[in-house]
Amino acid sequence: MSNGVSSLSSQTVPAVSITNLRKNFGSLEVLKGVSLKANEGDVISILGASGSGKSTMLRCINMLEVPDGGDVTIGGETIKLKAGRKGMVPADQRQVDRIRSRVAMVFQSFNLWSHMTILENVIEAPVHVQKRPKAECIAEAEELLAKVGIADKRNQYPSHLSGGQQQRAAIARALAMRPDVMLFDEPTSALDPELVGEVLRVMRSLAEEGRTMLVVTHEMGFARDVSNRVVFLHKGVVEEEGPPAEVFGAPKSERFKQFISSHR
Amino acid sequence: MDFAFMQEAFLRLIGGIPLTLNLAFTSIAFGAVFAMLLALMRMSNIKLLDWPAQAYVFVFRGTPLLVQIFLIYYGLGQFRPTLDALGLWGFFREPYWCAVLALTMNTAAYGSEIIRGGLQAVPHHQVEAARACGMSGFLLFRRIIFPIAVRQALPAYGSEIILMVKATSLASVITMMEVTGLAAKMISQTFRAVEVFIVAGAIYLVLNFIITRIIMAIEWWLSPHLRRPPAIEPRLEAAHV
Repeated sequence: MSNGVSSLSSQTVPAVSITNLRKNFGSLEVLKGVSLKANEGDVISILGASGSGKSTMLRCINMLEVPDGGDVTIGGETIKLKAGRKGMVPADQRQVDRIRSRVAMVFQSFNLWSHMTILENVIEAPVHVQKRPKAECIAEAEELLAKVGIADKRNQYPSHLSGGQQQRAAIARALAMRPDVMLFDEPTSALDPELVGEVLRVMRSLAEEGRTMLVVTHEMGFARDVSNRVVFLHKGVVEEEGPPAEVFGAPKSERFKQFISSHR
Repeated sequence: MDFAFMQEAFLRLIGGIPLTLNLAFTSIAFGAVFAMLLALMRMSNIKLLDWPAQAYVFVFRGTPLLVQIFLIYYGLGQFRPTLDALGLWGFFREPYWCAVLALTMNTAAYGSEIIRGGLQAVPHHQVEAARACGMSGFLLFRRIIFPIAVRQALPAYGSEIILMVKATSLASVITMMEVTGLAAKMISQTFRAVEVFIVAGAIYLVLNFIITRIIMAIEWWLSPHLRRPPAIEPRLEAAHV
């Protein structure tokens, strides 16, 4: 999926690299040493049953969950962690903020800011976190809203939009930060079935642009047709990994076979 | 009912409205800042800040405002040498500042709980979305948490403002000639308590009616997201013709 320009640099530094990631919630071990590498332009679908740790893994990448062990490296920069009173904490909040502004996230429940219009939602982080000129951000936001097909909603509030429109607005908000990596945490799971398609179409077009995407999803069609790599998590470990044709065509693990057949 | 007398009472009592409003809004303004500070102390997760704030709220909510006013105005007079030495006597000598202080301390205690409720009810996932964009600390508070909390706290804070307007009547016991003070004085001169108090009550009712309208207008202005969306834009433009 990489385009001509980005394939040069992708040889050297992976966009995202996580190694031996571990995370516990109390006595529950959610991640038991997960490693994953995403090169620039990769679109990786992360599959797994609920409770497999796939969302937790994604949330560890931008430190919404702080891992108990292992490393997260974004564009060659490893996030520094230290031991706090209750487990690990980021050692340098400014480093985390800086990395977060390059790693955009799209959530299952959209999480748009309810007190701002759609346009205000989209320009918020570029203006106040990245400190870019407001006029430039507005112009870019309007392009992005047109791109995801909700330009006419720019002055409305999130509560006025359908779920699919809200999720497309959330994708525009993520894109407005010009991110190096985009994380999608079950972006279509909270949508009515008839609204899933409009969001998946936007995500597919982003993949075709060569964006680096890590997508936790239950959409087998997206995993099979759009992503160039599939990772299957089971009980906190990577159980199966590879190009979609390979893993769907000839799954090695028994768990993944069961998972595919139950999601057909 | 002597309407001519009531009219006379009305003309006398409206002279107290500026002081009533002055006391109310001075203490509400100081109190809101203090309340914010107390709410942040309570939510700081630092025991050294949380406990004093809790104790403060407990004491000022748990004792009558009238008792607080008496204690500040008469009680502190006993410590005049100390206050003189601290250069504070000029402040505590004035009944106006004693009343403002008591009202401020009182509203801060109630207000802090309202603000804390508003802050705690900010949806966690919206804060998380802001963090995921690289916001933290004061920026996160200023842009996301506070604006959402204010919208949630405003209805309850509006009630607190109305309570404060009425609470200013207690300042009359320390010689403040606001609406109630003037009413009490007029009654002592005429012995016509019913007419005078009806007029005084009506004045508070009108003041609070205006204040509730203003608060409603602010609420309306802050919550377009809770109203129905505007009609499709081209039709709106057509409506302006």
